[in-house]
This record gives sequence, structure tokens and C-alpha cells, in this order.
Amino acid sequence: MKHIVTINKATLKDSLKKPGCGECQASCQSACKTSCTVANQECQY
Amino acid sequence: MAVIFTATYTCNGGFKLSELMHKFKRLDMNIVVDPVSGSIHVVDDIVYDILDYYGSYNNDDIVNFLRNKYNEDDIKDAIKEIDELKENGAIFTEDIYKDITNVRGDSVIKAMCLNVAHDCNLRCKYCFASTGDFKGGRKLMDFETGKKAIDFLIKSSGKRRVVEVDFFGGEPLLNFDVVKQLVEYGKEQAKKNGKIIKYTITTNAVLLDDEKIKYFNETFTNVVLSLDGRKEVNDNMRVRIDGSGTYDVIAPKIKKFVESRGEKEYYVRGTFTAKNLDFAADALHIADLGVYEVSVEPVVEKDNKDYTLKEEHLEKIFSEYDRLAEEYIKRYEEGNPFSFYHFKINLDNGPCIRKRLQGCGAGFEYIAVTPDGEIYPCHQFVGIDEFKMGDLEHGIVEKEMQQNFIESDIYKREECTKCWARFLCSGGCYANNYNINGDINKPYDLACEMQKRRFENAIAIKAYKLLKGDDNDKKI
Repeated sequence: MKHIVTINKATLKDSLKKPGCGECQASCQSACKTSCTVANQECQY
Repeated sequence: MAVIFTATYTCNGGFKLSELMHKFKRLDMNIVVDPVSGSIHVVDDIVYDILDYYGSYNNDDIVNFLRNKYNEDDIKDAIKEIDELKENGAIFTEDIYKDITNVRGDSVIKAMCLNVAHDCNLRCKYCFASTGDFKGGRKLMDFETGKKAIDFLIKSSGKRRVVEVDFFGGEPLLNFDVVKQLVEYGKEQAKKNGKIIKYTITTNAVLLDDEKIKYFNETFTNVVLSLDGRKEVNDNMRVRIDGSGTYDVIAPKIKKFVESRGEKEYYVRGTFTAKNLDFAADALHIADLGVYEVSVEPVVEKDNKDYTLKEEHLEKIFSEYDRLAEEYIKRYEEGNPFSFYHFKINLDNGPCIRKRLQGCGAGFEYIAVTPDGEIYPCHQFVGIDEFKMGDLEHGIVEKEMQQNFIESDIYKREECTKCWARFLCSGGCYANNYNINGDINKPYDLACEMQKRRFENAIAIKAYKLLKGDDNDKKI
């Protein structure tokens, strides 16, 4: 494409294939302690 | 003669197409986010402008709108590229997750905030814990209560192998001997029960010394140290009982800790208020101390104090986040990088969509335990009677309250349903919502606006680095 550079593909939609294993971080508890940011966490599956 | 354009209003589940994407300019880039698919695009000015009309007007109208600004063939070419993205499900994607049944009946407690000290050696003016005692009197947790808490965590964690204990307060180093005893006890119990316990601690660093630094480096997965930034800023808020500032005591200790920490996780975390709206300078000051992992957070205060953040401060706060992002890139280019907690974003291996429908596990995956053994949904609810869920003797008895947390997800909140950032923040903080609006499901709009600006900068930084060929997610 000449006008558009895609830097991230449809990763969210693809994650529907994952089972939701629950191994990820529960809350903000071990980082900032005041606001839960989910987008910076890593999938543990 | 007036030109009449034909509006082709497109309705997708009640949304205009323009509401199904988010676009913004940052770091000299035009960025387009498709929230539902997770796709992110960097586009040229033509596409950026076309997106103001695409879906609401036909192609001829769009060409007419923009022909004075761009070449007609380029406009048509750019429209075709947008068409292609749309066909490939990479823009204007309708929300397809609403009907996912988010079954959390099988959730287990996987993290515990252990308030080993409801007392503090500081009297920080903005403290959410009422300067350390959570309005329940100054007290320390004894070893027996701590043991019961660890037993409760292990018992409540089901088949999950890795669980977390965060020593918190007040100031947990006021009860350091019990912390060490509990870590030893936790190690024994983890071994017996086939678990791994990760330990973290949040401290004001006043009592940090060489022995404790060595101990934390050997034993603790993560350490969070509090410092607000510049000396005058820190010492205005983070004061001792006699009112004196703490910077001169804690800054050297924090530097020493960071130098010894190696690759292990830590954060140096500050709070900004209306008193230091130029907080980018504080984040950079912390970085200048040699700290790589920097976090500076907005204060949460509902009462009308002189440091309370208000809507009228938002423009300044936005410009500070933008300035911090620019400085982040400058230092990255100069080979002198730092990390800012809220500019971290994991695009290609972030949490799955099921996690993103409900970010925080307070009350059903995460709990806080007080020195008296009372259980609350999280550290920020401690001391609020209506959120006492139970105690270590009887377990979680307020099942209805727990159910309210379990059933809360982004679709329970009208404000979240249409927000472009809903799968990035995943509903935000229950405690902030309650503290400001009296309802865990009523978003704290000021926090939402700040969060969205941070996400824009996080995405822009990521885009910048990816376009430079740096695709190492973990280093952001």
C-alpha cells in the first residue's frame, strides 16, 4: 500500500482462539498500585 | 450555487463508521486504531483526511471535499486502500465480543496484598490510606495472621501454580521481621503444595538499607519504591511526621537499589497532583537519577483540596504526556533510554480478548488482607466497611458483593461500550470509580481521559519504534 502502513495486525481478533487461561496478572497489584493497565501485560498462554 | 453532497450515513450496530475507529496525530505520525480487531495503521495525510468522511459520504463527494488539497487520483487511490483494509477486517470492525460469555465462576484467588503494617513513618498529604492506618488505628500484622493469610491464598488458588504476595501498608518495612518470617513460611508451604509464590513489596524507601537491598534482590520478584520526582515536589507531599521532606534520605537509597537490581523487575513510582502539573519534569528527574523503570501516576482525590486534579487541568496534563513521549523518543535515539510504565504497550502478545473484557480481578482473583485478618477486594478498598468481604477465620462471606465484581465487565458500563480504548484499559479501576462516583461500574471520567492520552502516546512510541525496525515488545 502507498498510503497506509499497518504496524499491527488483527491480534485481538486472533486472540479469540485462546481459551482465556487466567494465568495473567490479576490486577495492578505488582506494578503501579493505582490503575490497572491491561494492554501492557503479556499473555501467559 | 451551493453544492449538495449526498450523505450515505452508514449504521453498524448503532454506530457510525467514524465511531468504530480512533485516529490521532502524535510524534509526527497520523495513527489510526481499529479497537475491535486490534489493528493499528500509520497513514498519510490523504487517508487521515478521508477518514473524516468515509462511510458518511460517497466517493465522489469525498473527492470533491478534498480536491483542492490533494491530487484527485491520489484521493481515489487512498479510498481504495481504505476499502481494502475494511474488506480485510482491519478497520471499522464491529464489536464481535459482546456475546462472549465471560464465565468467571471458576476464578481463583491468585494474588494477595498483605497489609503487614497499618502504620507509616511518613505523613504523605495525598495518602489514600489515611497516612497509613486506613482509618482503623495504627497496627502491625503479627506472624500468626500472616501465616493464615498465606494458607488462605494457597487454599484459594485452586490449580493455579504461580501466585503472588505483595507486602504493602502503610509502610511494610516497619514490620520487616514479619515480612522475612512470612517469606520463609511461604516458601515451605509453596513447596508442600506444589506452588510458586512470587513476592513483591511497595515501600517508601526510608528504611531501606544494604541488608534489605540484598534481601530483596535475592528474594523478591518486584520492588516498588516511592519517589515523586524533583526534591521540591517530593518534599511538598512526601513528608515525615515532623513535616520535613524525605528526598535527601530516599533518593540516594533508591539510586543504590537500582544500581544493584540488575535485570530484576522494579519500579520507581511517583504521584503527580495539581501542584506539579509539569510532572514530565519529575518523570525525567527520576530517570536522570539512573532509574530505568519510571512510573508517575495521577493522584486520586475526590475532595476539593489544593492538589486535587480537575477537568480544567486536562489540557496541561495532555501536553505533559505528549512532552514526555517526545523526550522518551529523543533519549531512545540518543542511546539513553528510560521506560515509563504507562507508555508500555504489548501489541502482538498482549492479553487475550477474554482478559480484556474485564481487566481487574479485585475481589475474586485479587484480595487485600489487613493486620486484623479482614479481607477486602483490593488495597484501595481497605477500611471501607461496605467492602469488607470476610476474614481469614470465615473466608469470603459476602458472596453477593464478590459476585458484583465477578459480573462487572466493560459492557456493564455505557461509557466503556463506545470508548476506543476499552480493550486497552479493560474497564479501569473499580476503586477509583467508587471513590469518585460511588459506584464500581461508573467510570471516573478524568482518569479515563488521562488513560486515553497515555495510550495514544504508548501506541505512537510503539509505532515509531516499529517503523525504525525495533520490534522488541518487552523493551518498551
